[in-house]
Amino acid sequence: MSNVILSLAEIVGENYVSSGEEELYFYARDPGLMPAHKPDWVVVPKTAEEVQKIVRLAKKEKIPLVPMGAGMALTGLIIPLKGGIVVDMKRMNKILEVNEKARYVIVEGGTSHGSLKAYLEKNYPRLRHSIPDSPATATIAANMMIHGQGRLTQQYGFNSDMVTGLEVVLPSGEICKIGSCSISPEWFSKGAPLPDLSGLFLGWFGATGIITKVALRLYPRKKMRDVEIFVTDKEDLVPDIIYELTHTEMAEDIVIFSQPLPLIFKDNHHITIFITGDTDEELEFKRKMLWDALDGFIKSKDGGFMWVQPAMKPILLEMPQRSVSRFADVKKGGGFEYSGPIILVERYPECTRKIVELSSKYDLGYSGMARIIGRGHCMMFGFAFTFNRADPDMMERVRKALHEVSNYALTAGGVFWKPTVDEQRMAIERMDPNTRNLLKMIKKNVDPNGIMNPGNWEVN
Amino acid sequence: MYTLKFDEDLCKTCTTCDCLVMCQYMDLDIDKAKEEIMKISEGEDSFVLQDCVTCYGCEEYCKRGNHPFYLITERREEKDILTSPRAITKQWINIGEPQGKYKVGEIKEKMLSFGFMPEFLRWVKGRLFEDIMPSFIFGQEFFCNVVYIHFANTSIIKERLPMVMDNFRKLGVKEVVCMHDECYGSFASLAPAYGIEVPFKPIHYFEYLYNRLKELGDEVRPLNIKVAYQRPCSSRLSPDKHHFVGDIMKLIGVDLVERRYSNKNSLCCGEVLRMASGYELANDVQKRNMDDMVDSGAEYCVFNCPACYAALAQKVAKKGIKPIHIIGLCRMAIGEK
Repeated sequence: MSNVILSLAEIVGENYVSSGEEELYFYARDPGLMPAHKPDWVVVPKTAEEVQKIVRLAKKEKIPLVPMGAGMALTGLIIPLKGGIVVDMKRMNKILEVNEKARYVIVEGGTSHGSLKAYLEKNYPRLRHSIPDSPATATIAANMMIHGQGRLTQQYGFNSDMVTGLEVVLPSGEICKIGSCSISPEWFSKGAPLPDLSGLFLGWFGATGIITKVALRLYPRKKMRDVEIFVTDKEDLVPDIIYELTHTEMAEDIVIFSQPLPLIFKDNHHITIFITGDTDEELEFKRKMLWDALDGFIKSKDGGFMWVQPAMKPILLEMPQRSVSRFADVKKGGGFEYSGPIILVERYPECTRKIVELSSKYDLGYSGMARIIGRGHCMMFGFAFTFNRADPDMMERVRKALHEVSNYALTAGGVFWKPTVDEQRMAIERMDPNTRNLLKMIKKNVDPNGIMNPGNWEVN
Repeated sequence: MYTLKFDEDLCKTCTTCDCLVMCQYMDLDIDKAKEEIMKISEGEDSFVLQDCVTCYGCEEYCKRGNHPFYLITERREEKDILTSPRAITKQWINIGEPQGKYKVGEIKEKMLSFGFMPEFLRWVKGRLFEDIMPSFIFGQEFFCNVVYIHFANTSIIKERLPMVMDNFRKLGVKEVVCMHDECYGSFASLAPAYGIEVPFKPIHYFEYLYNRLKELGDEVRPLNIKVAYQRPCSSRLSPDKHHFVGDIMKLIGVDLVERRYSNKNSLCCGEVLRMASGYELANDVQKRNMDDMVDSGAEYCVFNCPACYAALAQKVAKKGIKPIHIIGLCRMAIGEK
């Protein structure tokens, strides 16, 4: 096997390959609760051609390959379950092209959300992308691969809906272009009007190929942003409130949270509504529309807009929001994990009751958070629990609570988002048999040797 | 059980009914005002119980010290009439719950009460306070709880305020300089109105500032600027201290501009109105208030209450008026930044 490291070093240079214990320790785990498993090698390529050569080597040697962005998914998607090579994409971080008028950008497969945000702010101040609330180092390609959500998801759907083209290294080692870029120099569509092949890769967690380039839509960046928080103590009213808000089409983003601490948030549901505008007039018009839409709830005293004091606003308007990371340390042990099924907004009341029930049953700190997707077609409801990494008992209780969430989510009609391997199995078992067969057929044909992120989306 | 000291007979013999006639937010003539205050006094329904925006103004307008606003608050609570949405009311009640996170400085016989306003931890500094700091307290354990009259909830005040008094008692202080009108109003007006014993002498911080500036004498230099004063709702609980605004301005060479919405006609900062009843009234009140400041030629808007500051500072700045808290203004006058 020492030939493998020599071969990898020939491809990327000896500084960018390792089988050292320190590297293997780090690349064996993610920040979540999944058990660690060491890879055998770690490699950090710089070009698509290097990725091709790595894949060809793995194919020849039948070695598992695990593509990795920043490793932030929390659900173990980059843990090399069967060892092999972790392909860390972070050196492939170039922003290749921005088409300002067509509003899209092409980036390499390891480019981070933070660097794209900074690049656009500096060079294209009238453009933005849908940045998620994960740490800024999270990579764009990985976020698309897990159907992530971001600040523009309420308006435009999953971040993966915003993809306009892909370049993928297939398990055979061939480079394949997906979308308009397959027959045109322009990367404006991932599918239409052609057969949409992006579905062979998006959502597969690298089990069908490694993304080396991704193009995505950009959107107008307004000069001003502001935030309002509508508060109600009746969870049953939340779906109606969301329906009224989304009907206005005035909100940039809508995020709901409920949590017992700090006390200011106890017993209430907080619907955080972000608005944007190029002028004060535009901003105030949108605000008025939103207030008017909820006037009935205010008059009946069932809800009201809380006073968001100036000191609170910078925290709320931050992108990505650091408050999510702060929540991870509530128990002073840096542990945080959530299960975030995609589910109908009308299920909000029962989701929120479920998280309270589980928090009480397992004696855990919690935060329920929901992001509205596509003007209310569905939402991601995050059942988030915080834990102390130095407390194995607490970690076990979180595992049990999250397992219950998984069972609950399926029975409530939800679909797992970025599922763990166990959740993938549960989903596959529940799947329509013909769909399951199609999934199996695709995987078998695209990756006949089963080397791509093995363990993920495997139909046995 | 603490009960409000309210004399119905005083209202029966009142010839002006200023409590309601002078209201800035409801339109009542003297006959209607008398009819409504008697209904309220006798526990009957009145539209006032629905429409009152909780500006506290009637506590000042009543010349007989009969606490009409506390009565309105009591009656609303008895009848389960919410002033704000339930969730907002709960939120504010939760905010004030003691959590054991209070701060206590080096306590002397005389101390400053920052209540539960974190701004004072930053604002209170310099020579104005050198003879008393770091004798201060901050936190929910010392929070006066008056704000709950905005939410028609005196029960929480009756429950928490005696505990707050116990906390002060344990510190053994004799004089407490209240850095906020609500604290002073709580200790000098509300607590006596309910028969809650106050174990120290409350001092309004305006009085403290005035005396301190006099002590500093020649070090005080006239600022020669024009300011509009944003009077807070809580100042209505201690109208006898309002004169210190003018006294302090005179001492530091500031022209307190004449304007329509000043003194008894002052307007609310608007944010309580926004939480309670929506943006229209709040926007209208804020616009009238700020336009009045602009028309009067004010260069600065001087604030007393940190909440008013948070509500209006950015908005007056957009109108070209500099926002400043009265502590900052006094510090400017003694050459501090």
